Amino acid sequence: MANITDAKLSGHSSLDDADDSHNAISIEAKKRAAEIPWNPKMHQQRGVSDWVVDIIIWVVLALVVIAVLYPMWFVVIASFSNPRLVATGQVTLWPRDITFAGYEQVFADDRIWRGYLNTIIYSVVGTAVNMIVTLPAAFALSRRDLRGRRPIMFLFTFTMYFGGGLIPNYLLFQQLHLIDNWLVYILPGAVSVWNLIIARSFFETSIPEELHDAAQIDGMGYFGYFMKIVLPLSSAIIAVLGLYYFVGHWNDYFTGLIYINNENKYPLQNVLQSILLGAQTAATGTTGSGVSAVAQQQLADQIKYGVMIVSTAPLIVLYPFLQKYFNKGVMIGAVKG
Amino acid sequence: MSTATEQTVSPVANHARSGNKVKAKTGKGSSVDNNKMNFKTSMRRNWVLYLMLLPAAAFIVLFAYVPMYGLQLAFRDYDPLKGITGGKFVGFKYFQQFFDSPQFWDIMRNTVFISLGTLILGFFAPIILALLINQISSAKTKGFVQTITYMPHFISTVVIVSMINVFLDPNTGMIGKLFPNTILMENPNAFAPIYWISEVWQHCGWNCIIYLAALSAVDTSLYEAAKMDGAGRLQLIRHVDLPTIMPTCVVLLIMNMGSVLAVGFEKVWLMQNALNMPSSEVIATFTFRTGIQGFQFSYGAAIGLFNTIINFIFVVSANYISKRVSNTSIF
Repeated sequence: MANITDAKLSGHSSLDDADDSHNAISIEAKKRAAEIPWNPKMHQQRGVSDWVVDIIIWVVLALVVIAVLYPMWFVVIASFSNPRLVATGQVTLWPRDITFAGYEQVFADDRIWRGYLNTIIYSVVGTAVNMIVTLPAAFALSRRDLRGRRPIMFLFTFTMYFGGGLIPNYLLFQQLHLIDNWLVYILPGAVSVWNLIIARSFFETSIPEELHDAAQIDGMGYFGYFMKIVLPLSSAIIAVLGLYYFVGHWNDYFTGLIYINNENKYPLQNVLQSILLGAQTAATGTTGSGVSAVAQQQLADQIKYGVMIVSTAPLIVLYPFLQKYFNKGVMIGAVKG
Repeated sequence: MSTATEQTVSPVANHARSGNKVKAKTGKGSSVDNNKMNFKTSMRRNWVLYLMLLPAAAFIVLFAYVPMYGLQLAFRDYDPLKGITGGKFVGFKYFQQFFDSPQFWDIMRNTVFISLGTLILGFFAPIILALLINQISSAKTKGFVQTITYMPHFISTVVIVSMINVFLDPNTGMIGKLFPNTILMENPNAFAPIYWISEVWQHCGWNCIIYLAALSAVDTSLYEAAKMDGAGRLQLIRHVDLPTIMPTCVVLLIMNMGSVLAVGFEKVWLMQNALNMPSSEVIATFTFRTGIQGFQFSYGAAIGLFNTIINFIFVVSANYISKRVSNTSIF
């Protein structure tokens, strides 16, 4: 994404032109305005149409917010409302007839706990390895005195657009004994070129070169400089990369589907899939006889809502803490400054 | 990507940077211009840097370039005993098999239809949303809208698809009930629109961050000048905001072009069922079904290679066109 910066740079010439012409016009306009500062017609017209535009913008944005928020909100309230009321459409804005039967079933399910544990292991270890591999490499590639930087960068970037594809990957993993091995979550995706580029442009633009000169005078090598000076200044990029990698691991369904056959090694997403989208629901067999099929189906639905919440909860908890880095992070990768 | 940009787009910027550097160096009395030293000297001096680069490079070679080497399987019969490179060379047999297969045109049509719609909606929606959000003057409200619209981006595909199932359920789902004559998830005609809309729902907010960042860089004097000229708010958007984010739009469009034939596997796979299959089978799912589940490794490799090459052609040509038209390129 670093190119957007450069794209901006290239676009600069035209922007500058626009700038100039606007300035020219504005000077003229200022002159005109100075001559007739009270021109009431102009002001009035602008006022009314702006007012209309304002309202339209607010209405559209309000609709967007509702459209995005409501489905998520509904899942939340449905997860602890009476399933019968949910199924008949009587739960709309607030939870009704609160019950935790769904959550009880969810937490009684061994598969969920095991999946949770697996996902936590894969995500934490995976993210740690990601950071240990990506950050130093990004730093090295950000140094202009690294000979061969361009060809190396090209070899990295090329893999974003061209790759072996599913089958050669699968056969390679088979040879490396990664099938049904938890390391398949850690090693193949150890470095994401995209994240590498983001980190590289952060190091290039946000760490002043003077620091390196000073570190050199102090007799520090590159590694010392990286560990003691660059990293402490890079909390923003560490947070962003950590977030991207962690969410990627947490939500990974593909790897489990293709490379893991042993259900005990399934991460949460694959467990979810079998509960949420599988034919057999968790409720079947766990509820006693005497409960009608309809009620059973409704409980199964509630379990689904509960599972959705439980699996997403950690990310929701992290969300407010990481939110301030979102804009920063994307900007680092995209637009300098 | 950025290597290339440096060559094509920003020679000026590079120049300026290295110029600064030279100045700084001479100021401190250091005479060596690092850019000019040869590889051996660089190795000796900067071996630490190469060492820091080594793990990432090793992973890329092993997990990206080795599979590329394995692509020759597409031109060979797979022989489990002799491995990937040991089978008999059969040329384009498996490509031909794919082109001749009865599903070929359906799969191609589905893939292009689903991804093209995603591409178009996914291109315009974030731009519009960013322009709208940018109109909010209160920082608090702006933050609120952003927080809400980013949120779905972090929900996993599995949960998204089950949410789709819940809401489209013909008996209990809020949206499903509006269509009494059909079961949406099983209706082949509804598959692509459901896919598009849910994609926009999930990623529109997140994808608009980049445009908001570009918009925050607008010189406010431009607004003042335009207002002086009597421009209303819509005109400000059209003549100031839009030109500002245009280069960003172009780059993102090129990058997305590369995915014209790369519909995300996970979501389609999870949304598929026997009834919507005629319109939901795409190249990625077909590759998985035949290659992995059906153990036809050579056939699967050929389909995968075909897909990759088409995507690659799209990226390169989109890049070329944009370089000619707007002087913006990614490599």
